[in-house]
Amino acid sequence: MADPIAALTNAQAARAEAATRVQAPTAAGMDVEQLSAFYGRFQALAEITLPIHPGAVTAVIGPSGCGKSTFIRCLNRLHELTPGARVTGSVRLEGVDIYQPGVDPARVRQLVGMVFQKPNPFPTLSIYDNVLAGVRLHRPRLSRAEADEIVERSLRAAALWDEVKDKLKAPGSSLSGGQQQRLCIARALAVEPLVLLMDEPTSALDPIATYRIEELIWELKQRYTIVIVTHNMQQAARIADYVAFLLAGEDRTGRLIEFDTAQRIFTNPKRKETEDYITGKIG
Amino acid sequence: MTTEPFLAPVTTPAERREWILRLLTGTQRVDRIRRLRESIILSLLFLSALISVATTIGIIYTLSIETFHFFQRVSLIDFLTDTQWTPLFTEKHFGIWPLLTATLLVSAIAMLVALPLGLLAAIGLSEYASPRLASIVKPILEILAGVPTVVYGYFALLFVTPLLKRFIPQLEVFNALSAGLVMGIMILPLVASLSEDAMRAVPQSLREGAYALGATKLEVVWRVVVPSSLSGIVAAFILAISRAIGETMIVAIAMGQVPRLTLNPLVAMETMTAYIVQVSLGDTPHGSLEYQTIFAVGTTLFLITMVLNLLSYRFLQRFREVYE
Repeated sequence: MADPIAALTNAQAARAEAATRVQAPTAAGMDVEQLSAFYGRFQALAEITLPIHPGAVTAVIGPSGCGKSTFIRCLNRLHELTPGARVTGSVRLEGVDIYQPGVDPARVRQLVGMVFQKPNPFPTLSIYDNVLAGVRLHRPRLSRAEADEIVERSLRAAALWDEVKDKLKAPGSSLSGGQQQRLCIARALAVEPLVLLMDEPTSALDPIATYRIEELIWELKQRYTIVIVTHNMQQAARIADYVAFLLAGEDRTGRLIEFDTAQRIFTNPKRKETEDYITGKIG
Repeated sequence: MTTEPFLAPVTTPAERREWILRLLTGTQRVDRIRRLRESIILSLLFLSALISVATTIGIIYTLSIETFHFFQRVSLIDFLTDTQWTPLFTEKHFGIWPLLTATLLVSAIAMLVALPLGLLAAIGLSEYASPRLASIVKPILEILAGVPTVVYGYFALLFVTPLLKRFIPQLEVFNALSAGLVMGIMILPLVASLSEDAMRAVPQSLREGAYALGATKLEVVWRVVVPSSLSGIVAAFILAISRAIGETMIVAIAMGQVPRLTLNPLVAMETMTAYIVQVSLGDTPHGSLEYQTIFAVGTTLFLITMVLNLLSYRFLQRFREVYE
């Protein structure tokens, strides 16, 4: 078994193990360049270019139908699952183009995790197995001790451990909406992604559950790069470090109007459209 | 040797990029196994689909070869215009109409029973019955679907016909009426079960929307639930018609084997399926004209069912309501 790649990955695995004990891994950044997305002949996004800074929260805002969700779904190659959908341009994760030939989309989604608008825990699985669902895909042989450790670590990271530690065998669907969403976050974190995408993660939740998720995002950005789509200006102002404002023109194709730090977007936007949107004049 | 790095190691940017590239391009053993499994599954799925497609093609091929031979000896004009079907007699006539009329007549009687009863049963089960009652009634209804058709055939011949004879003295022993009634009972669970599924799929929010406008239960059912699930209900009806047209055992046993052109349901007739049974059971030599007639009849049956299926497909496409 003198496979150099295996040797390399094993060595790195050992180092990674050591790294977790000593310090958290650094988050990864992404670079989006000239990204256009299509559904058949309809162009949903046109030439989006923006950086996604590591270890920060980037919020994507804009009125309904501006392509926010399409944009975020291009970052983990989920967009192409829609029949007829395609993408041009490039998205680089730490300099590696995730759209280049030879890249396995399943592996991209392992490194770039996602949480959806409606909590979607797998209804047939327990809380415990929901957390492990993704891990088991990548590591079919998982020892009981490892599994327990991953479940506890992920649930703690998602601030859910204390609420569910006594009922790990209960079905995931038995939890409240906010808890289910945190379970989905734990499930995404369990596969150790570098980037976490969140598509309006709180729009189906009540204010208290929303507050807890926002708090959690605040904690998670220490270790993960987060991209969040949100309808809620206050939410973007509360949690985002950077803000991308998308707007669709007459042709319904979404374009990037402005990208800047959250502070500048909300206090001193350069473009009039941005100002109109955040002050509630459009959208 | 399958231990995998799960955490990006804290190293130089170049090493980190190398690590990500290796992970993304899927060069590890696990990736190769997963890819292999995906391609095996894909070919298995394709193969399964191919088997059913190949079977269909095989059936069409056999049918058309023999039908082609038949029409070399009998003209298509005769087949479509002659009003007599007597291929087993000395004076042979090959008009499909007696068989076709009998088939359509018995199917129509069956649908007159199955459609209203099936639809009402579905509405009752889905909208009115308590979950407890529905959980008892539905399995009982589905038992009907499990009764062998030969049992239905004798039920029609030995129970329904004598019963009807008390009210209709001129009823023949073999007749289309009792065969059709019993066939209706047989396909009723199919209609009821599929229609009920379609109605259950109508979201509660639509019903509540109508209730909130002041509709009564009956108005909600007739103006919201039934129209919203119409595509499913129509699909159930058309499936049921296909089933009725193709049904063999009941008509072979209870409807007789007299190919005559009439719309009187009180007398014996012969459907296309019953004719095929009659010839198949006899000692008709392979390759003879009599033998080839069953393929001509089979092709006619096949064409009717195919047109019905295409119609139902078109209907579903046009009127489909999709609920998230």
